[in-house]
Amino acid sequence: MNQNIAKYQNKQPIVRYRKITKAYGERTVLNELDLDIYPGEKLALIGPSGSGKTTIARLLMTLEKPSSGTIEVDGEMLWHMLAKGKLVQANEKHLQRVRGKIGMVFQHFNLFPHMTILRNVTEALVHVRKLDKDEAARRAESMLERVGLSEHVGHYPSQLSGGQKQRVAIARALVMEPKIMLFDEVTSALDPELVGEVLQVIKGIASQGDTAMILITHEMDFARDVADRVLFTDGGSIVEQGTPEEIFERPQSPRLQAFLSRFLKGEPNSRVAAGAEQ
Amino acid sequence: MDGLHLELLPPLLKGFKTTLMLTALSIVAALVFAMLAGLARMSLRVWFRWPAAAYVEVFRGTSLLVQLFWIYFALPMLLDIQLSAMTAAVLALSLNYGAYGSEVVRSSIAAVPKGQTEAAIALNMTPSQRLRSIILPQAWRMMLPGFGNLQIELLKGTSLVYLITLADVTYQAMMLRTYDLSSTAAIFVWLLVLYFAAASVLTWLVRFAERRAAAGRS
Amino acid sequence: MWKWEYVEKIMPKLLEAIPVAVGAALAGFTLAVLLGLPIALARRSRNRWLSAPVAAAAEFVRSTPLLVQLFVLVFVLPQSFGIRLSPFWAGVLGLGIHYSTYLSEVYRSGIEAVPKGQWEAAIALNFGKWRTWRRIVLPQSVPPTLPVMGNYLITMFKETPTLSAITVVELLMTAKIAGSASFRYVEAFTLVGLIFLLLSYPSALLVRLLEQRMQRREGRVTSR
Repeated sequence: MNQNIAKYQNKQPIVRYRKITKAYGERTVLNELDLDIYPGEKLALIGPSGSGKTTIARLLMTLEKPSSGTIEVDGEMLWHMLAKGKLVQANEKHLQRVRGKIGMVFQHFNLFPHMTILRNVTEALVHVRKLDKDEAARRAESMLERVGLSEHVGHYPSQLSGGQKQRVAIARALVMEPKIMLFDEVTSALDPELVGEVLQVIKGIASQGDTAMILITHEMDFARDVADRVLFTDGGSIVEQGTPEEIFERPQSPRLQAFLSRFLKGEPNSRVAAGAEQ
Repeated sequence: MDGLHLELLPPLLKGFKTTLMLTALSIVAALVFAMLAGLARMSLRVWFRWPAAAYVEVFRGTSLLVQLFWIYFALPMLLDIQLSAMTAAVLALSLNYGAYGSEVVRSSIAAVPKGQTEAAIALNMTPSQRLRSIILPQAWRMMLPGFGNLQIELLKGTSLVYLITLADVTYQAMMLRTYDLSSTAAIFVWLLVLYFAAASVLTWLVRFAERRAAAGRS
Repeated sequence: MWKWEYVEKIMPKLLEAIPVAVGAALAGFTLAVLLGLPIALARRSRNRWLSAPVAAAAEFVRSTPLLVQLFVLVFVLPQSFGIRLSPFWAGVLGLGIHYSTYLSEVYRSGIEAVPKGQWEAAIALNFGKWRTWRRIVLPQSVPPTLPVMGNYLITMFKETPTLSAITVVELLMTAKIAGSASFRYVEAFTLVGLIFLLLSYPSALLVRLLEQRMQRREGRVTSR
């Protein structure tokens, strides 16, 4: 494994997966996975569907519970806690505390349909971060401006296009100032002409911030542009990882080569090939 | 054994027999009314549609107990006939639940894909052949859950015949009370248990029918 | 056969009974609405010690006749527990408890209709269980169920004659009293039937209108 990712490696990892296994009955989706993510690092996860990349993100966002193994976030255990000197299953209070450092944007947006765009973004600020309404509105409006949606603050999600909805979802997650942001195939559900605006926004966030990002994506060009490190998963483990250049120009493992060859038939096909895989 | 008050059962079961008979008769009659009215409401002929619609809206829009009283007390006066309590009860229950059932019939038939009718027409089937061999068998399966709920409601509705002094299980329970007021709690517990048992059997019957109707499909 | 003068005589009495019936229905409905939600939540609980008994009790109440339940309230409560309720309030309590089991199913279907993604977004934003329910799930689950709830209110109104069995003087009881005084039942019971029809049929149409308006609103509120 080529670890030429010096840019971030001198810091302590902000996320550590240790021997993470996730099984659904007979089916093992992740098998003793080890993964370190560094502060501010932009990590792209690519691989065929069912390879476990979404599960990696969902375990971190506490949407799924690991069958075994531990995840450490910013120096603290996520799924476990210390009780009287022993490591036990984390309770809801502990989860809530650590979870606040992680944010996620979903493939299907999951905006709250009964709230305006502004309220979608302020709701968590007011009720989770306990900001007062005016301060929350200020931050929300500034974030919405950053993603280019200032004129839509009073609208409802159903009045927006897919690309706009996804940008709201990004603003909603980002305004909570997480240390790690997860993007789970955030453009896969969009019409092709709307993909670009969302990718632009994400590129902007990537270049500005010190937020670590995990980007699960089929947009290979985008991954190449934004990522510091690319991980290729298949069959529940990390098969290969490296810089974008290493992964895309000089893939070592046969499985990665096979996966990439589906995208090599000219750039316009890359999304079609990814779509055919779904 | 005294705590269980088993001695209350024999008289209650006598009335329970009446309840079950009343339920069975009314379910059959209600099914007939439901089919007739449901099909009539989908007919292209106004002469079928409007009377059926009137029947359904009147019986759905008024109270079962009022219907029962009307049929038992008012109707005989109107037509100068005699009606036994049993006849009045079966009429009221079947007309009432038949009206609700007709909606189940109507919506189930409407839910059968149009392509089925078209295929049957293409095969030159007559309307009644289409209905009998193609539409109804498929619609029947969709009617079962709705019918299942209605028959439980009908069972519960039979308790009202106590108020027209028909000797069903509720009537027997109230009679038992007059002999021994102190057993009131035990009497009502048994009464509720008997109804619950009957409801459970009815539910099981419908689930059995649903499984049979689903045989041979994905 | 049909005497209009008799109709004139009993009509005022019948009209006076309408508020009793409507009042009982509304009060019972309110109780059912308030009870139905906790029952629905309890049935969804992952704690078996809570969900199983509540589900069993709800099934038992739903599958047994309201009439018998009313008798229990009026005869067993005073005898075994020393609680004496007026007929009207026993009727309201009976209606409310009986129909809360139906409404709990309505609440349940509304809750299950909220897409899983909403729950996940709430987790991702770290909302916590109570807030997720209060601000995200319940506001989305209740409005689509309003037409069905409305229909249950109408049903409960049509159920009020059952309360005559525990001596509540609603519409049917009034008609019985009027009818037995002069041994003329045709006008009395026909009029009661008509009153029910004239009150419930337009209400049902209103509910259908509400349902159509909600379906148009669905376009605005459907989540994606």
